[in-house]
Amino acid sequence: MKNIELKLKANNIRKETVKAIHNAKSGHPGGSLSAADIYTYLYFEEMKIDPANPADMGRDRFVLSKGHTAPGYYATLAERGYFPKEELQGLRKLGRKLQGHPVMNKIPGVDMSSGSLGQGVSAAVGMALSAKIYGDDYRVYTLLGDGEIQEGQVWEAAMLAAQNKLDNLVVIVDNNNLQIDGEISEVNSPYPIDEKFKAFRFHVITIDGHDFDEIRTAFKEAREIKDRPTAIIAKTIKGKGVSFMEDLAKWHGTPPNDEQLALALEELEAARKKLLRQQEESKGADNE
Amino acid sequence: MNREKKIATRVSYGNALAALGEKKEDIVVLDADLAVATRTDIFRDKFPHRHIDCGIAECNMMGVAAGIAATGKVAFASSFAMFAAGRAFEQIRNSIGYPGLNVKIAATHAGISVGEDGATHQCNEDIALMRTIPGMTIISPADDVEAKAAVEAAYHHQGPVYLRFGRMPVPVINEVPDYKFELGKAVLLKEGTDVSIVATGLCVAEALEAAEELEKEGINAEVINIHTIKPLDEGAILTSAKKTGKVVTVEEHSVIGGLGSAVADVISAKNAAKVLKIGVQDIFGQSGSGAELIKEYGLDSESILKKIKGFLCDKE
Repeated sequence: MKNIELKLKANNIRKETVKAIHNAKSGHPGGSLSAADIYTYLYFEEMKIDPANPADMGRDRFVLSKGHTAPGYYATLAERGYFPKEELQGLRKLGRKLQGHPVMNKIPGVDMSSGSLGQGVSAAVGMALSAKIYGDDYRVYTLLGDGEIQEGQVWEAAMLAAQNKLDNLVVIVDNNNLQIDGEISEVNSPYPIDEKFKAFRFHVITIDGHDFDEIRTAFKEAREIKDRPTAIIAKTIKGKGVSFMEDLAKWHGTPPNDEQLALALEELEAARKKLLRQQEESKGADNE
Repeated sequence: MNREKKIATRVSYGNALAALGEKKEDIVVLDADLAVATRTDIFRDKFPHRHIDCGIAECNMMGVAAGIAATGKVAFASSFAMFAAGRAFEQIRNSIGYPGLNVKIAATHAGISVGEDGATHQCNEDIALMRTIPGMTIISPADDVEAKAAVEAAYHHQGPVYLRFGRMPVPVINEVPDYKFELGKAVLLKEGTDVSIVATGLCVAEALEAAEELEKEGINAEVINIHTIKPLDEGAILTSAKKTGKVVTVEEHSVIGGLGSAVADVISAKNAAKVLKIGVQDIFGQSGSGAELIKEYGLDSESILKKIKGFLCDKE
């Protein structure tokens, strides 16, 4: 998929994310939006998956270790066709499928239940280990928050991943620099994140997490690395795509009100129109 | 009962796991630097590529086990009860219990009989912790025969199981022809009419011995072995309780939240009988030999006998 198409997908995902959180009157927009481009790339380009057969044993796996950004994840799964987009309106509602944090076996496409920070990465290591033990060739991806890596379990998992040479594992850190109580560097700094993963014997790639060229190059590079897991440190902006949410910790877990939703959708629609124009122009250029 | 032949159930576990590994390719065993103590080393020596030593990191081990199970394999994760059920409680709850994954948490060194290591390593709380997790099956075998059968049953059961094994060698009481293990079924070991003794784990042998002594004094005790603490065989307990009107629970676990509490929950709902809970009181343990500690904390047959006699005399 071309970058422009990926950008349009990500734009849809961002729209559905803010709509779902607004409708739920709760949820986590900041980290959903910062991860939207990574979600998009994983589900529309990188992973070997089949939405019609979500339980296929040979599929690539994704574990959302930062489970609270489920709205963006669900919007991605819906966009990819795992379930109808209408389901997103059931987010966080009693008796509905889409729980506040991801649940496997209940939500099509969700490979692992998560939400308690630091735990998803261990499950991803387990999946990658299982593939190694049984000679399966699927790959495993897990997305962590940069605040999440304050959890000690993340480093227990990292140590074991390198020990077992899990080159089928890619750990992505959504480095938007913010957690609930403020900047990660001020709360309890996990920096330098790249050096830490290097010390834990990972191949480390630092990228702009909103640049599809850089995202593409990083995931391609990860496939080439042997005998070591890869960590992609994605520098992102919390709330990316909705100007009034960008780079503010208060949008970690606050739903937009009616007015804010309208503003957000207006902005995202303007961005979509701009992307469509660019797409038309590039088509024209191709035809010349 | 053969009181001469003694085997620690952790050894039974190690042997059963290695034997099962022979037949079942989908078993992956995890340990946290205690393979020699939990006896997963027996499996490791036969199937090294299916044994992963996670190092001293139990929380991660439980998550890794969950991930392995999520790929359709059966993960057995072992450590001491204290660090499995205790330290990794939340990982077990959220990464294994909530998604109902096929992980068997095989915890050894449970209870006070751990011995010389002292209170930090004597887990008298694991049953209580595991009982609170929806869908968790809890098996606490009484001896070698039952422990081996429990490993096999746990493998065949779809979903999370907590297996409780001990460090100290215990008498083999189930070496009988056509022994059968049924998950969730109480085992009536001795019929009686005066009092029901409901025991689990190594306390079953002690309870049987106490019942023999009671018999000599004209007290006819019924003895029930509960190897599956959850789901509990409520029917068997209520039937016995209604018959005798007096129930004594015996376990190598805190009197808070263990077998005694589970039995009392069932009985109180039906107002079926008076209950005495014998177990480790609300205190920490200490160093000493396993056998000494069992005596010190009142779980040996003599102490059980004394407590039951007092309970039967109590007219209140």
